[in-house]
Amino acid sequence: MHEFALVLAGILLAGAPLVLATLGETITEKAGVINLSLDGTMLLSAMAAFALASATGSPWTGALGGMAVGAAAAAILGLTNIYLGQSQLAVGFILTLLCRDLAYFLGHSYSRQPGPTFGLWGIPGLSETPVLDALLGRQSPVVALSLAAIVLCWWWMYKTVGGMRLRAVGESPRAAFGRGIRVRLTRLAACLIGGALVGLAGAAYSLAVKPGWGRPQGCEGAGWIALAIVIFGGWHPVRAAIGAYFFAALQVSGIYLQELFPSVPAQVFQVAPFPMMIVTLLAVNIGRVSIVQDFMRRYPFLKRFSGSWPITSPAALGQDFDPKKGL
Amino acid sequence: MQRSVWMEQILWLLAALALALVLTVLVALPSGAPPLETLRILVLGGLGSMSKFGQVLTVFVPLMLCSAGLLVPFTARLWNIGIEGQVVLGAVFCTGALMPVDQGGPAHIAMALAAGMLGGALWALLAGLLKTWGRVHEIFSGLGLNFVAMGLTIWLIFGPWKRPGVASMSGTETLDAGLWLDRIGGLAASWTALGLACAAICLVAVLLTRTQWGLGLKAVGQNPKAARLFDLSPRRRMLQAFALCGALGGLAGAVQVLGVYHRLLPSISSGYGYTALLVGMMASFRILPVPFICLFFAVLNVGSIQLPLQLNLDSSLSGVIQGFMVLSVFVTQGLRAWLIRRREGC
Repeated sequence: MHEFALVLAGILLAGAPLVLATLGETITEKAGVINLSLDGTMLLSAMAAFALASATGSPWTGALGGMAVGAAAAAILGLTNIYLGQSQLAVGFILTLLCRDLAYFLGHSYSRQPGPTFGLWGIPGLSETPVLDALLGRQSPVVALSLAAIVLCWWWMYKTVGGMRLRAVGESPRAAFGRGIRVRLTRLAACLIGGALVGLAGAAYSLAVKPGWGRPQGCEGAGWIALAIVIFGGWHPVRAAIGAYFFAALQVSGIYLQELFPSVPAQVFQVAPFPMMIVTLLAVNIGRVSIVQDFMRRYPFLKRFSGSWPITSPAALGQDFDPKKGL
Repeated sequence: MQRSVWMEQILWLLAALALALVLTVLVALPSGAPPLETLRILVLGGLGSMSKFGQVLTVFVPLMLCSAGLLVPFTARLWNIGIEGQVVLGAVFCTGALMPVDQGGPAHIAMALAAGMLGGALWALLAGLLKTWGRVHEIFSGLGLNFVAMGLTIWLIFGPWKRPGVASMSGTETLDAGLWLDRIGGLAASWTALGLACAAICLVAVLLTRTQWGLGLKAVGQNPKAARLFDLSPRRRMLQAFALCGALGGLAGAVQVLGVYHRLLPSISSGYGYTALLVGMMASFRILPVPFICLFFAVLNVGSIQLPLQLNLDSSLSGVIQGFMVLSVFVTQGLRAWLIRRREGC
């Protein structure tokens, strides 16, 4: 029981940055903008957070710096897309590569250096209860941050006016514009908030989950997984978080599998989440493929299962909006 | 009229390059890089001697093959980000085809090149099938397959194809010298590889601009629904575009094995697939500028190898410059469109 709780604690820690990145991207995509730059942004903010933390000696300053870097990268994407009409996918992809190389270039002198980390926090009252102690008794503060972010994100998105505006802009920018919502500003704000969360995810990697900086850092590829989890979670913060923990569990089980099969190189297990990502995307979409639909029409009882995974993307996802073109 | 339009184009391109230069200097200064010295090392590192130019050509060939290939799916508005994995699979198939061969000649080389093309095409078709029949966006399937290809290579190198006795990141056993591509004088580049790269870009140019197939592909990209009504079978065309691009990417991987490293390495693709995507975007996916941008990026890539040795900087500066250049092109394009809209009076 104790060991099982320890594994769960490991999943909570490994999932924390994924959760943060996924929530950030969910917010951005809810407003209709796809930020493809996640992978590079996370690496750059991981580097920035580590560099700032070792310069100031405080991991919290580092985390703030990481958030600023993430927001800055998202601002470039938002400005070029929303105000200058450039392709989201193209600019996002360029930013991925650019930020990755920038991270390696600027972080060269911090490579393999010791630096501050978040360390572990103990919650005193928990030490009496055996399972909860192993699970949450001594955890990194990023776990607490990620858990708080899930609740906050859900509450903001579905229970506040700001969240309603955000969803309106992503579902129907024209209607939102007609109701007096400043569409482009809202989208830019969503980019910035989402980018800041992604930056925090990067900081969580270099300051807590995979402490330190080097080439490679160890979080390469995590941004792409986060992008897929957003789809997997159906653009809903809580479901996206569950998806993030699922993929974190895959990564953690990779470590255990490697102990079972020592002859297989470690890199092979690191690859495991990617075929999983493709399979889940396939599973999410298969119900809409025409052959499958025809098949289900022939056997009506199958239809009962077809609605079990309802995925609806924001209707205006990836579409540009220009208020000058009117309603 | 025509001339002033050209002048304007060139002015905007210069503005983009200036912006990229300013951004690069801004980034490079804090890490203690003297701008002029860095530039000198980058250029001389790539063009300083004939042997360095030979190195540039060895980078130019795979970059050109991938860029030429990418023009095809992009005509149908498909993002073949999986090209990186297709290069890797090309290398894997090429090595696999030569596994039973101890020594050989041109016939074996031709077979290995063909095997590489097949590997790349199959890997691309997988992404294509996921796109056309599984509704999985090609960016995600392509990326996932890139990482899978990487894992596959590492498993092969450490497992079934390991060198007798040692298994290490340094790759499989070296091929027999009879299986290496010929070399131009004492240079690292080979005529066969260069010829293949030139043939690829010519083939793509003819295919896209002079054939019915290319026209149909363009129609599929611009309006898939209309294309279906006109009986252009978008799905088949998309798959063909993926396969052709994958074959060229696989060829690039095979050239890396036969002409450059003479064995299979974990980092056999060197990221050329991703760089080729940058090349395509910088050229706005027009054919004419592609060879020049490829050459320029190749010089940067080779020149940057000198940076860690001479200035203790990370060699990823070349990637930074390339990224800034493409980003600047997009920013200036956007600014230009914005200015035109403002001038037209809104």
